[in-house]
Amino acid sequence: MKAVPQYFGAREGRAFDVTRLREDFPILRQKVHGKPLVYLDNGATSQKPQAVIDAVNQFYTAENSNIHRGVHYLSERATAAYEAAREKVRRFINAEVDNEIIFVRGTTEAINLVAQCYGRTFLKPADEVIVSAMEHHSNIVPWQMLCEQTGAKLRVIPINHDGELVIEEFSRLLNERTKFVSITHVSNALGTIVPVKEIAAAAHERGIPVLVDGAQAVPHLRVDVRDLGCDFYAFSGHKMFGPTGVGVLYGQRELLDAMPPYQGGGDMISLVTFEKTHYNVLPYKFEAGTPHIAGGIGLGAAIDYLLGLDWEALAVHEHRLLSYATDALASIDGLRIIGTAKEKAGVLSFVLNNVHAHDVGTILDQEGVAVRAGHHCAMPVMQRFGVPATTRASFAFYNTTAEIDVLAQAIHQVRKVFG
Amino acid sequence: MADLDDLYQEVILDHNKSPRNFRVLSNANRKAEGYNPLCGDHVTVYLHLNNGVIEDITFQGSGCAISKASASLMTAELKGKTEQAAEDLFEGVHKMLTGDPDANSEKVGKLKILAGVCKFPARVKCASLAWHTVNAALKGESEPATTE
Repeated sequence: MKAVPQYFGAREGRAFDVTRLREDFPILRQKVHGKPLVYLDNGATSQKPQAVIDAVNQFYTAENSNIHRGVHYLSERATAAYEAAREKVRRFINAEVDNEIIFVRGTTEAINLVAQCYGRTFLKPADEVIVSAMEHHSNIVPWQMLCEQTGAKLRVIPINHDGELVIEEFSRLLNERTKFVSITHVSNALGTIVPVKEIAAAAHERGIPVLVDGAQAVPHLRVDVRDLGCDFYAFSGHKMFGPTGVGVLYGQRELLDAMPPYQGGGDMISLVTFEKTHYNVLPYKFEAGTPHIAGGIGLGAAIDYLLGLDWEALAVHEHRLLSYATDALASIDGLRIIGTAKEKAGVLSFVLNNVHAHDVGTILDQEGVAVRAGHHCAMPVMQRFGVPATTRASFAFYNTTAEIDVLAQAIHQVRKVFG
Repeated sequence: MADLDDLYQEVILDHNKSPRNFRVLSNANRKAEGYNPLCGDHVTVYLHLNNGVIEDITFQGSGCAISKASASLMTAELKGKTEQAAEDLFEGVHKMLTGDPDANSEKVGKLKILAGVCKFPARVKCASLAWHTVNAALKGESEPATTE
């Protein structure tokens, strides 16, 4: 089965002026422990371009007001800016209409919303929910909680030694009790690109809805939710160069309409009396309380920024970064790369003989290199590969091959300390 | 600026490479598990307690050099000590690791070697995991200890 082609479909040889692009990210200019910052922790969160920082600043400086409430000038401006951001999100993922775009705090909240509002409404004892062995905890625990509440059972698609989904096992797991499939698009710990389009097609043959966790995909791949054919798509603003605290749940209108609200409060109602409350229409039904308005607007600015980039050239650059880094690290004695799928995006996880990931992380930090060390909120993945933790370098388009040279040098420094 | 040499001293690297008392204690009458939920490190501490004296102490588990060396040094230091002395040492080490102004590294014996950890805030929990765990074992707590 072939994975999503956008990432590698790009033509070779297009110019990608990474030096100029880096100037858009003021944080990258700083030094850490006296060394130039080499930021390779983009899987945890990405850095923000000046355009996003300015948009948030501009909102608080000149537009701050609550939305959907005031008749005054500022409130109308804030509402228009926030709703314009929703339209940008719609366009970014090619949803059909903007009321299928629910603003949430992030991917975690999006998945919890679906587990609770869809799952608790439609799942019964002995029904089954399928996830994969490479999920982030945020795409495991909400379903476990749902299973405890409803008596449903969690089923797990295994992964092979390269960190790829064993797709035949998925076909075997599908049965008449399967009521939901929730799967990652790109693994945060391994970088594997999952063939979610095929998975959605197979699930839909049996009428099973599919949620795709796109947190690690949107910074690297052009996502088209209608082409993927998923019913829900969840992602976070902060991993795609936008602010923290804002994210998106895309959901197909018919499903969202059939689901009860997530939280009760202001903005999600159309009429409240003590006898009965009528809920607001989509998307507001799922957006109780004052949202992260500045965050939504900042996310809109991040999308404007991303859509201004040459995505074909970006894909070539990122692919080159990953293969350059893979070659550089694979040649280091005693280093083992965890996650060697054929289709990968942006992530290089590794273990070093006799050196724990934390120690690697601390020593790299002293060289100015920021990586993640630990289980990456994916403890079952660590278990599958028999390691307690890995060191993860995760890339964004503003990284350079020169930075990867610094990473490789810093790993040699680790070797020196540990002999 | 924090210096790597303060953290990865020879003694620490040695205890990491060849941890002391790194085994299951077959005649243990106290045992506790500790987890660091941030990184997945875990440690099990076994005690043989006799009349309030730690007659034997061992540990098992996986973790970074700092957590392993800290656990190894701890077992070496606590063997033969009374429960009360162990608690006093726990308090002293905790103060030293967290950079408490009342800390007195002269009171913690060989564990002074871990003093450099307080300059690396992200690593304090690595060094304190085994200590939280032994504390739980001494108190006979049934829930696993955590660094949180």
